[in-house]
Amino acid sequence: MNSFVGMPSFPEASSVAVGDAQLRHNLRKATHTIRAKRAAVVGEQPDWAALREAGAAIKDRTLRHLDVYLERLEAAVVAAGGTVHWAADAAEANRIVTDLVKATGETEVVKVKSMATQEIDLNAALADAGIRAYETDLAELIVQLGDDWPSHILVPAIHRNRAEIREIFLEHMADWGRPAPPDLKDDPRALAEAARLHLRERFLSARVGISGANFAVAETGTLVVLESEGNGRMCLTLPETLISVVGIEKLVPTWQDLEVFMQLLPRSSTGERMNPYTSMWTGATEGQTFHLVLLDNGRTSVLADEVGRQALRCIRCSACLNVCPVYERAGGHAYGSVYPGPIGAILTPQLRGMAGPLEESLPYASTLCGACYEVCPVAINIPEVLLDLRAKAVTHGHVGQRLAMGAARRVLDSPRWLAVAQRSAGRFRRWTPKRLPGPLSAWSDTRDVPVPPKESFRQWWAASR
Amino acid sequence: MVGGEPMSSKDQILARVRSALADVPRDEDVPVPRDYDHSRSGPDVVELLVDRLVDYKAEVREVDDVAAAVAEALTRRRARRLAVPSGIPDSWLAEAEAVRDDPPLTPAELNALDGVVTGCAVAIAETGTIVLDAGPDQGRRALTLVPDYHLCVVRRDQIVRTVPEALERLDPSRPLTWISGPSATSDIELDRVEGVHGPRTLEVLIVVSRP
Repeated sequence: MNSFVGMPSFPEASSVAVGDAQLRHNLRKATHTIRAKRAAVVGEQPDWAALREAGAAIKDRTLRHLDVYLERLEAAVVAAGGTVHWAADAAEANRIVTDLVKATGETEVVKVKSMATQEIDLNAALADAGIRAYETDLAELIVQLGDDWPSHILVPAIHRNRAEIREIFLEHMADWGRPAPPDLKDDPRALAEAARLHLRERFLSARVGISGANFAVAETGTLVVLESEGNGRMCLTLPETLISVVGIEKLVPTWQDLEVFMQLLPRSSTGERMNPYTSMWTGATEGQTFHLVLLDNGRTSVLADEVGRQALRCIRCSACLNVCPVYERAGGHAYGSVYPGPIGAILTPQLRGMAGPLEESLPYASTLCGACYEVCPVAINIPEVLLDLRAKAVTHGHVGQRLAMGAARRVLDSPRWLAVAQRSAGRFRRWTPKRLPGPLSAWSDTRDVPVPPKESFRQWWAASR
Repeated sequence: MVGGEPMSSKDQILARVRSALADVPRDEDVPVPRDYDHSRSGPDVVELLVDRLVDYKAEVREVDDVAAAVAEALTRRRARRLAVPSGIPDSWLAEAEAVRDDPPLTPAELNALDGVVTGCAVAIAETGTIVLDAGPDQGRRALTLVPDYHLCVVRRDQIVRTVPEALERLDPSRPLTWISGPSATSDIELDRVEGVHGPRTLEVLIVVSRP
């Protein structure tokens, strides 16, 4: 169903979103609410700056010696009775998970919200194998029932308001199980209750659960999932078989390191002092069969970039989305991947490479205001990575951009050519067009074309000296 | 690799990691500055825990006689059949029926109960968090998940102020569940609604003196 393949470039996709008044209203309300909550609970933590510094250092410590910690994690999970699988890319991860589910003989799985399984489009792969994956997080359920795309890391249905959600429940719940009550109201309490009833039986009878993880502790083999609703606990606890798909950057070296992230993540993410539920388990727990699938899928390419690798510190809190003026107006879908907002603008082009117009345009989906860097709990310097990626988009980017930049370099490199260019710009200033021709019109559609001055500084200097 | 077996995905990923990190000295270890607070001073931890639990819509009471308080809470809620882990004495339940998890109750059986009564491993005052570690007075994880009402007894000596203080008391080899208020969601317009899939009512009894 929902695939981000062949997405249009960011400016193209975002112009649609910007024209959608309902979407802009929903996004503005949501991002401003959560922004204020975050600011309040971060403000009451007197040692926030020190926590942030420690969080960044712990992630760097892990990433700079990732091979060591990956092998350590594997050993600890195996020692605790789990099985570890390694997946080089999405296709391999999907194959591993599908085979594991098939081996149980089950044709249904329950899922905890997980960015990694969205990234690899696991649900579609399972469907191809005749296995139905039920999303159980309320927002993911809304997205799944509405055959829609997630638009926010933390609250994937942030683009939907209560009335729309009620419609989706009434129309589609019956296709997936227990139908919504016909007299369903649109207040959040009633909608949450409908989701509870819809999923209850499914949880109680589920034999296979699939999750991601927020953290994996190399030293002990412990996996950690933070959530709010209890759907995570249901999926992690009740099924006989648990399969967790975890990106290789999710590791932290030691148990003690969690004391930092259990403070940084909830406050940055939902703006709570602590999220309602966190599950921590080590290997096969309480008689369960446990499989850990470690996923690369482009992460090692990100790791190879000395500037861009800091993006792998990301703990998916989504604080950067909530403060971003571009995200607030463009919405999540325009970013063309499961990772929207500022972090998506640096992660997607790095994970996939400068593969097309979308990836090349993402580093420009920012005003470089720096709000994202300021709120990032692991101090990812997003503007720095954006600028670096812009330079790469120019070097590897499309022909027109390369030609333009090449010409600009020739002119700016030579004082003589620059003087000629400035003189002719001044002479022909009367003919400055309102709208630039051809592909350049994309630039002038949203800006006034500056009229060149009558004389250049050098002309003025020569004349008035 | 020359000849022989094709590289496993594990070897392939590890090789990619090592080549990606060619610029990083192998013997380097990034120092982690731990200048954040391990403990802090502030209001009494019981007072703070109560404040934070109430903020998250949990019901909280400070009690001195545990058995009487548990019985009173169950009566008030009209809870008659409760899941009870092995470490909780029958005497706490008074009139209510204690359903033991031996042999293990099925999810459907748990779903039919009125609630669960447990102790805890640690409570964190600053964040209003109760941590369960599946000890004898808490039972396996499903017990506190499926029934709709969770009555949790916290002793004063189990309360710490900060997250770092809690971590050092916990054993990662045990299954841990951190609970901060009842189940909740903010997925609809970021309006917080208490009660989705986990217990919709969390009641905490803080034992302030010896029972």
